Formats: sequence, structure tokens, C-alpha cells
Amino acid sequence: MSVLIYVFLAIGALFNLLGAVALLRFPDVYTRIHGATKCTTFGSIFSVLAVAVYGIARGGGEGGTMAIRAFLALVFLLLTNPTGSHALARAAHRSGIKPFRAVVDRLEEAGKEGR
Amino acid sequence: MRRLAERTTTGVLVFALYLLFSAFTGPWGVWAPDELLAGGVLALVVGWVAGPLVWERGGWRLLSPQRWALFLVYLVGPFLYAMAKANLDVAWRVITGRIQPGIVRFNPELATDFGRTFLANSITLTPGTLTLDVDDATGDFFVHWINVTDPSPSADAVCGPFPAWARRIAE
Repeated sequence: MSVLIYVFLAIGALFNLLGAVALLRFPDVYTRIHGATKCTTFGSIFSVLAVAVYGIARGGGEGGTMAIRAFLALVFLLLTNPTGSHALARAAHRSGIKPFRAVVDRLEEAGKEGR
Repeated sequence: MRRLAERTTTGVLVFALYLLFSAFTGPWGVWAPDELLAGGVLALVVGWVAGPLVWERGGWRLLSPQRWALFLVYLVGPFLYAMAKANLDVAWRVITGRIQPGIVRFNPELATDFGRTFLANSITLTPGTLTLDVDDATGDFFVHWINVTDPSPSADAVCGPFPAWARRIAE
């Protein structure tokens, strides 16, 4: 059981690290949102799963509460993360930040049509 | 009458969520009495205040258990697979720095708000794609894609099986 917890924690830490690297490496706000929020989500899912497994392994009332609340935290994370990153990206585009080295920008084109 | 039904349904759902949140707090793996009281008061207040807002745009059909079963299947099956694959792909792009970003436009042909929200959230949760905007009138999605292979892609090229599942679950 503790092996499983360590594996989950290791995967979570690895993806969180990659998210941090992406934040430094990627050129503009949109690609940074890809890197940061996505890798962080996957990393956080595994960290929370580790907590849930720990709770189940511990057993009893306290462990059960811990596991269930960890799962609920996961659910709310999965609900709020896309909403938040969408709001950030949309606000960035509306305030006029162009995507860096973009191949196409259909939203800009649609804006010119007078949406 | 309709208002009352909306408020009651919301209150019951809130209470069920609170029961889940406070499980195993009692002495024998059940709920402690004060937790039940707190949950009841919260459910009453939230149900009364938020009830009419929750069902304003016709969400009743989302209560069907068949949709929830499908949603669970989707979550552990195609969605988890797509997310894991995309996570590894973006991880590789983080390391190598090979990106070809752009904002593409496609129409997944979803009619309802719930279907569109469902698909938009699925797209944003999958690394490498990020929903920027949805045109309310036409249902066009504007998605920031980290690796544009085709400037005018089909819905399937960007997000794979997601539109079909969104149609099945939320419409």
C-alpha cells in the first residue's frame, strides 16, 4: 500500500515539476496556461489520489473522512480548473494579447467580422 | 409549484453532498447529529436561495441516472485515456520546446448550453487544447491548440471522441 502511495506522489511531483518548467519555457500567456494548469491538474490528481489511498489504508472513521474529502477535493478541482483557465485565456484575448508565433488566429478574424 | 419543486430538488442535492462530505464523522461510521443539523440548515438556505437559478435553463434532464452512468463511464474510460495521452504529449513539448500554437475554429454541432459547457470543460482539461470562446449563436468553438496541424480542422481532429460523448451525456 505504501508503495502505491509513493508511486502516486512521485508521478504527482513529476508533473507539477513539468508544469513549473513549462511556465518558464513557454513564450506567451496561452501556452503557459497549457503548461501550468494542465500539468498541475494531472500532478494534483495523483497527489490527491495518494492522500485518498493513505486514508483508505489508515481505515476507521478518520481515514474514511480523509479519503472521501480528498475525492471531493478532486471533483471540485476538475470542475473549477477548466473554468478558471478559460476565464483567464478569454480575458487575455479580449484585452488584446496576441498569441505568440501563432499559425492561425480564427478568433481575431471572427472579431474583425464584427461579432 | 414549479419554484417549490426547484427549491426542494436543489436542497435535497445539497443535503446529499453534505452527507457525502461529512461521512464517517459519527461514533460508528455514521453521521454525527450536529453534522446532520448543520447539513439540514445549509440545504434549506442554499435550496431556497439558489433553487430557481439552478434549473433556469432547463437542467431537469440532467437528473436522469442513465446520463450519470454514462458520465462515469466517460470519465474513467475515454476521458482519462485522452488526458493521460495529452499530458505525456505536452510533457514532451515542455522538454523539447517544439510547439506550433494557434487559435482554430470548429463547430461540434452541439445545441444546448450544457452540451457546450461539457465539451468546453473537457477540451480545457485536456492538455494542449484550451477553449477561448464559444459563439452563442452558431455554436462555433474557438480553441487555442498547442500543435496546429491543420488551420481549419474538424471537431474530431482537435478533440477526438469528446463531441460524440457530449452529445450522448448532456444533450
